[in-house]
Amino acid sequence: MKLDTLGTLGLQFAILSLFAIGGAMAVVPEMHRQVVEVQHWMSDRQFADLFAIAQAAPGPNIIVVTLIGYQTAGIAGALTATAAMCAPSCVFTYFVSRAFDRFREARWRIVVQAGLVPVSVGLFAAGTFIVARAADRTLVAVCVTLVTAAVAYFTRFNPLWLFAAAGVLGYFGVV
Amino acid sequence: MTSLPADSTPVPHPSLSELFRAFFSMALHGFGGVLPWARRAIVEEKRWMTAQEFNEAFAVAQFLPGANVVNLAVVFGGRLHGAAGAAVALAGLLLPPMAIVLVLGALYGRFGDLEALQRVLGGVAAAAAGLVGAMVIKMGQPLLREGAPALIVAALAFVAIGVMRYPLPYVLLVLAPISIGLAAWVRR
Repeated sequence: MKLDTLGTLGLQFAILSLFAIGGAMAVVPEMHRQVVEVQHWMSDRQFADLFAIAQAAPGPNIIVVTLIGYQTAGIAGALTATAAMCAPSCVFTYFVSRAFDRFREARWRIVVQAGLVPVSVGLFAAGTFIVARAADRTLVAVCVTLVTAAVAYFTRFNPLWLFAAAGVLGYFGVV
Repeated sequence: MTSLPADSTPVPHPSLSELFRAFFSMALHGFGGVLPWARRAIVEEKRWMTAQEFNEAFAVAQFLPGANVVNLAVVFGGRLHGAAGAAVALAGLLLPPMAIVLVLGALYGRFGDLEALQRVLGGVAAAAAGLVGAMVIKMGQPLLREGAPALIVAALAFVAIGVMRYPLPYVLLVLAPISIGLAAWVRR
């Protein structure tokens, strides 16, 4: 049963690794679909919590897969999920980036690159929507999300302060 | 590789252990995104790359599948020391945050059901969604100049994945070729 879970987790994330166009947020909706809706490994609320913890911790955003793996199957799950999410894309990048340097000015590369940008923006927006939908269960929570977005957009405030403020609001039962 | 601008001094070639330490430190500084720290360390502090070289390496890292900063570590480490360099940069970037989130994950597993912690996390989760929301706006702005086809593709990707919840591989296999075709047509 445990091995089964690890196998499914590893296989699903390894496939996703190669479809992460534009970065970690692109695969958040599909990770959510797999672990919450298809496999029922965690609740919507837990997914939002893990995403928040990963955001509040230092390091690349993709580190949320470590937490998802841990929540699903402990340390083995964390290592499996992280390796599966990183290894395929890293090997691909290692070999293809070298070849790509030669085509820096090539028309096809410029076109492919330009064509993938709108897709990655749409995926990033979808990832944000999934996370916001899971996190924003009250009107005040929606306001916290909007205010945080505005502050992060217009200022260079360290996001940790925003998280701390939102956590304090949460603690006092405002959110 | 492009030549260095006249005002920059020649840079010593970083060793594997320097590479590891540099990415280790970037990972630990990177709250809410490692990229600004990567740029600061690689371009401004260590001068291992010019700004132009960094931008080109990042463009490749962003465009290929995978997390952007993870790919950047692979591209940068790989250029300096081949596969060993890529592996070392990657280890420096991923190991410290993995250790930290594992501790946090264990605490969450132990105390996650506590009322007070649930309330705090509820607030933080709402803020975390807002932080990525700000990034969406920043990413989306250049699209406005691209015109209708790009905006339609972005909207389709959003609806297919975020609202309809179709599986990502299928959506990409359909949408990516269409979008690339449109980009070629716009630039014909």
